[in-house]
Amino acid sequence: MRAPNLTLPQRAPTALPRTWSARAGAALAALAVVVFPPVAGALDWPYYLSLATKTLALVLAASALNLVLGYGGMVSFGHATYYGLGAYTVAILAREGVRQAWVVWPTSVLVAALAALAIGAVCLRTRGLYFIMITLAFAQMVYYGVVSFKQYGGQDGLRAPRTEFGFHLGDVELYYLALGLVWVSLWFLWRLVHARFGVALQAVRDNEVRAAAVGYPVYRIQLVAFVISGALTGLAGALMAHHTQYVSPAMLSWPQSGHFMFMVILGGVGRFWAGVLGAVAMTVLEELFHAATVFWQFYVGLALLAVVLLAPRGLAGLWERRR
Amino acid sequence: MSASLVLEQLLNGLQFGLMLFLLSAGLTLVLGMMDVVNLAQGSLYMLGAYFAATLGAATGSFWAGVVGAVLATAVVALLLEVSVLRRVYGADHLTQVLATFALILMFNEGVRMIWGPQALLLSVPPELARPVALLPGLSYSAYRLAIIATGAVLAVALFLFIHRTRVGMWVRAGASNRRMAQAMGVPIRRVFTGVFVVGAALSAVAGALLGPIFAVQVGMGEEVLILAFVVIVIGGIGSVKGSLVGSLLVGVVDTAGRAFLPAAFGQLFPPEVASNLGPAVASVLIYFLMALVLFLRPQGLFPVRG
Repeated sequence: MRAPNLTLPQRAPTALPRTWSARAGAALAALAVVVFPPVAGALDWPYYLSLATKTLALVLAASALNLVLGYGGMVSFGHATYYGLGAYTVAILAREGVRQAWVVWPTSVLVAALAALAIGAVCLRTRGLYFIMITLAFAQMVYYGVVSFKQYGGQDGLRAPRTEFGFHLGDVELYYLALGLVWVSLWFLWRLVHARFGVALQAVRDNEVRAAAVGYPVYRIQLVAFVISGALTGLAGALMAHHTQYVSPAMLSWPQSGHFMFMVILGGVGRFWAGVLGAVAMTVLEELFHAATVFWQFYVGLALLAVVLLAPRGLAGLWERRR
Repeated sequence: MSASLVLEQLLNGLQFGLMLFLLSAGLTLVLGMMDVVNLAQGSLYMLGAYFAATLGAATGSFWAGVVGAVLATAVVALLLEVSVLRRVYGADHLTQVLATFALILMFNEGVRMIWGPQALLLSVPPELARPVALLPGLSYSAYRLAIIATGAVLAVALFLFIHRTRVGMWVRAGASNRRMAQAMGVPIRRVFTGVFVVGAALSAVAGALLGPIFAVQVGMGEEVLILAFVVIVIGGIGSVKGSLVGSLLVGVVDTAGRAFLPAAFGQLFPPEVASNLGPAVASVLIYFLMALVLFLRPQGLFPVRG
């Protein structure tokens, strides 16, 4: 059966904010992220440059998860799997002597995408609670599977030297690489969720039975979204491996999945900028608590609880209400 | 591989399975009745172990520590239900997962604040420290036998309570269809608070009893929590019978897999393959089992909801 034609606007709505003051703000933000490395260099802030690169990797992962969680309504509790697999691919290939960037990066994304395809194909047969549980179970399976391979570090993790681009990939270059990857990925996601596919995905989320009755291939739409999300999360993992130059099983663990979900809900699940806002806010929160107390995780938990109970629509939701 | 070794591993599996049952029984009823995903159940298990270690050291008696730990955990659970969980009934699962995930972070860090990052030592009570000869050639830890006995008694008691009493009937009715039960006059809210507290107390029993076997440390709750979820999904959400069968299945399969698979793989594959594959397969076995059950019977082995 052919999916029905949707009447969509000829062009996807532009990502540009509508008001002039908001546009000025966005331009300032864009300028700030571009000129950040020289400024950080001049002020001798290597720590903040490194923090910014880490945040960019998290922005990518959270935005990828938002596609599944927010636009698809699929509560995946196992996205650390794709993140960790993307990162481990970099480390394992380096261990085996493969370090050319043009081989390693696509392989990372491919490994994550294939894992998402296999896991998604099984999990998407279930719904609701069972979907949450089975994505978690597969994540645990991969976690324990990776940990038991002693020659790839086991519990201790593995060194992940940066891949070779033909030029020196220092911290500043890595920041711009991360910025470029995030920019391209966000552009792609923007086009995707405003294309016919994205509208169909949201239709499935809002009413699966009706979407199926109208003729959408529900299972296939969800699976494609799941795989795209997994692939982008794998890219984020590869980026993080370049940042830390080390991978550990913690990247595959379920608290990591929980943190990604926290970022998305903090940003405002289902809003386009949720991943960006959430990852940035989460990093800022963690840094503040970290500086203030040894027991910072307690306050991160408290903040999460407050967001969930008091502002379930996240930062983006607060913004919308204000306007 | 001798018969006594197999028997010993079966007993280990039984013991582990019964403890998993104590943890999953409360969890499955909470899920079945109120449709609430409570990730913090593992934290209650952890609290049980910490309370038992502290109170046991303070009173000088292991058993006084266990009883005190159960009561203290029940009080914490009551406060938790009233303050946080009540607010997420009827919310979507994402909200519940995240709210209780936040609770895990807070409990873990709270325990670190109070007890410090080091693992606590909880020793086996002296009267049970020596092994008992079960059969000629098979001696088994008296303490583990006591755990099996406690677990079995509690399982039978819970079973009789759920299936033979009026309140138990309310609980079953609530798990099968909450709104219908409510319409028929079952005081679901109060029954649920009771179920939550009893479930927490059972988790605390498991935590306190397993304390001397595993280390009492931060993070102990999460490992066992995920196993409990595997049990529930295998057994069917809301079914106490299902969680008993699922617990024993998971306990025995996991224990046996870890004990025998590496050796079995050693006979099939060259050593360098087997040394990786054995432990890897053994540790993912139960997740594979769960995926298989979900694939064949998406509602679990004992579906409750019609």
